[in-house]
Amino acid sequence: MKKILAVDDSASMRQMVSFTLKTAGFDVTEAKDGSEALAIAKQQDFDAVISDVNMPIMDGITLIRELRTLPNYKFTPLLMLTTESGLEKKVEGKAAGATGWVVKPFNPEQLLAVIKKVIR
Amino acid sequence: MSIDLSQFFEVFFEESFEGLDTMEAELLNLVPGEEDLETINTIFRAAHSIKGGSGTFGFSSVADFTHVLETLLDQIRQGERELGTEHVNLLLKAVDCLRGLLAALQAEQDPDLTEADSLRMQFESVLGVKSDSQESISQSENQKPDSNTYQIDFKPHHHLFKTGNEPLYMIGELQELGDLETTVFYDEVPDITDLSSDECFLHWRFFLNTSRDESAIKEVFEWVEDDSDITIELCGGVFTDDDQISISKNSSDNIPQAIETETSKPVVVVPTSVKSPSNPISPAASTNKKTATTPESTSIRVGIDKVDSLINMVGELVITQAMLNQLSEQEITPATITSLQEGLAQLAHNTRDLQENVMRIRMLPINFVFSRFPRLVRDIAQKLNKQVELKLIGEQTELDKTVMEKISDPMVHLVRNSLDHGLETVEQRVLAGKDPVGTVTLNAFHQGGNIVIEIMDDGQGLNTQKIRSKAISNGLISADNSLSDDEINELIFMPGFSTMDKVSDLSGRGVGMDVVKRNIQSLNGSVEVTSAPGVGSTFTIRLPLTLAILDGQLVKVSQHTYIIPLISIVESLQIDIAKVSRVGKNLDVLRLRDEYIPILRLYDIFNHNNAIESLDKTLLVVVETDNQKVGLLVDDLLSQQQVVIKSLEANYHKVDGVSGATILGDGRVSLIVDISGLIKLSGLKKPGSQELSLEPSVALEAL
Repeated sequence: MKKILAVDDSASMRQMVSFTLKTAGFDVTEAKDGSEALAIAKQQDFDAVISDVNMPIMDGITLIRELRTLPNYKFTPLLMLTTESGLEKKVEGKAAGATGWVVKPFNPEQLLAVIKKVIR
Repeated sequence: MSIDLSQFFEVFFEESFEGLDTMEAELLNLVPGEEDLETINTIFRAAHSIKGGSGTFGFSSVADFTHVLETLLDQIRQGERELGTEHVNLLLKAVDCLRGLLAALQAEQDPDLTEADSLRMQFESVLGVKSDSQESISQSENQKPDSNTYQIDFKPHHHLFKTGNEPLYMIGELQELGDLETTVFYDEVPDITDLSSDECFLHWRFFLNTSRDESAIKEVFEWVEDDSDITIELCGGVFTDDDQISISKNSSDNIPQAIETETSKPVVVVPTSVKSPSNPISPAASTNKKTATTPESTSIRVGIDKVDSLINMVGELVITQAMLNQLSEQEITPATITSLQEGLAQLAHNTRDLQENVMRIRMLPINFVFSRFPRLVRDIAQKLNKQVELKLIGEQTELDKTVMEKISDPMVHLVRNSLDHGLETVEQRVLAGKDPVGTVTLNAFHQGGNIVIEIMDDGQGLNTQKIRSKAISNGLISADNSLSDDEINELIFMPGFSTMDKVSDLSGRGVGMDVVKRNIQSLNGSVEVTSAPGVGSTFTIRLPLTLAILDGQLVKVSQHTYIIPLISIVESLQIDIAKVSRVGKNLDVLRLRDEYIPILRLYDIFNHNNAIESLDKTLLVVVETDNQKVGLLVDDLLSQQQVVIKSLEANYHKVDGVSGATILGDGRVSLIVDISGLIKLSGLKKPGSQELSLEPSVALEAL
């Protein structure tokens, strides 16, 4: 079973993402901010990480940048969940090493379509 | 796959309301011109989460509205716009408006968007933009029914894998758009000795026959457009074979990893049939009506530590119970009796601990009430054009949830009065040589089994002279009274005071204070005021920590046991008949030091027949409420204990002079005396009048 780390400071979004991915057959671990996610990611490997951008303590872009420096996360798909429709965040995210992004609002269908772009 | 999003609604609402509280609190912390970036970030994040969640869960009215405030906050955050007081005001209004929208949605009603729309227009005029919420909706709807063939050249840069992207999956996505022919080029693959598996050396040419338009193809490569060379060209409807190396058809669903194929011979992967995208589900439209939750939550959140300690206690209780059980099976000897007594003592100890801990579950920090005041104070101060600083002390002091809910309104009233009448205007303060910014302090702390809440202001204080003259003209006191200033100040709580609208202009403290006092008393609490001219006033509210349990003094009246709240008792004494004098028809008063204490005969009031002939050497319990002392005549003092209050109103009906009932250890029901009710019942007048007189006592019928 493919493992996904879902990171969001909003409990409802986190639950929704996690539930959707679990229903689709993924093994999902949740984290509530970047720093918690980084700590978890250092302890176990994930096939993909999907993270919100705006979070307290450590934001999603910093998380992606940190993850990319880890040997185990060199090629791992790292997706950002963002409502920023502007280019700026995407560029910033890409520069940090993000694989792609999911623009909020999205429904479970769209989320799975996006996940399918990076793992199967 | 279909996922019912409504299962996440409750969490969404809960965190959105929390987010709004955070926004409000942080907005109130902002000082335009000196704003702290982290505060703005926190506000932004809260708005951002609400927008993201509401969009995802299908609450588009909230999402659309939040969009404008998010935009404004983002501009401030990015330093593109300076924060002004007008922005803070607008954002605070938006917070209120969002609360209303979310509450309506939570109650599964259609929200009223009038205010949201008008606020959104205000935001848009600040932002100088038109709403763009309609923009991205109908993009995918103008699909052309006829199909076209596109030639797509896709040449990833070598580092592509390091972005976490996988060309293979993109090819899979293209296949889902239509008929795909794929050619792979391996001309850039280096010698095996130079080959790095970290890098992508392959590139591709696709011919895609699809009914979708070019944007759908672009979307496939959206994430990698900066990491590859991509060209998409429309070619006239047929496949044009060019310099492709080979084409083979492969209908297998198992596509080999691209990273593996790069070392092998050229491979072209063209699966013919690909499953169509799974059925689209309506986003959150399937609103589930089964959970018709009321907006007012009746549940409370309890810390795990509190639950853990309860579980521990129950464990202890079970052990004690087992021990007692074992003892009951043994023969009774002096030794077993000792053990039994020990066991019972332990049981008592455990029960008390358990009781305390169960009560703690209902305890919440008073911050739940305090947190509404920064906003309130800000709004009133703006309206009154005064400068006010609010200080909160003891926000973590815990209080029973039911008490908390009921104390909020009286506190709002007192705070509003402090701002309106207590604090002076900036000019007046400067003239008086005070700091132009007035201070209102809310302070909560525990004292014994009570919580004390103080509302202090450093304003002008009560004008005792004016209160006095008003009270005289109202007939509340006579002109030759000899009341102390404190006693005069207490008059503002009298009902006669508040009903006269001129009083508020004179005394400044008149409006509705009797209601405030009554509400607090209904919680078995008290309120008093102290004031010093030019220095300020302090209102002190004293409340029991909980409404469910009371520290009581058990007293014997005739054959019955009554309970007097311990908090009201001043002292108990034996009556010295020499100090008793009769006033009026049938009221005895006891001279106690400098005071005259009216004596109330409980057996008389409660219609028990064996009246005490002589007052000499009988017991008097002196109690105080509303700054009025009375003595209750009882036959005997029994023990003091905590009693669990049962409502008479709920189980029987309201009885004057009695605030509730409890069940004693022997199973009998005992009534809890309501001191202020008793005074009312006996017809004693409030202090301030020159004489105390007892009107014909009202007989108590039902008991």
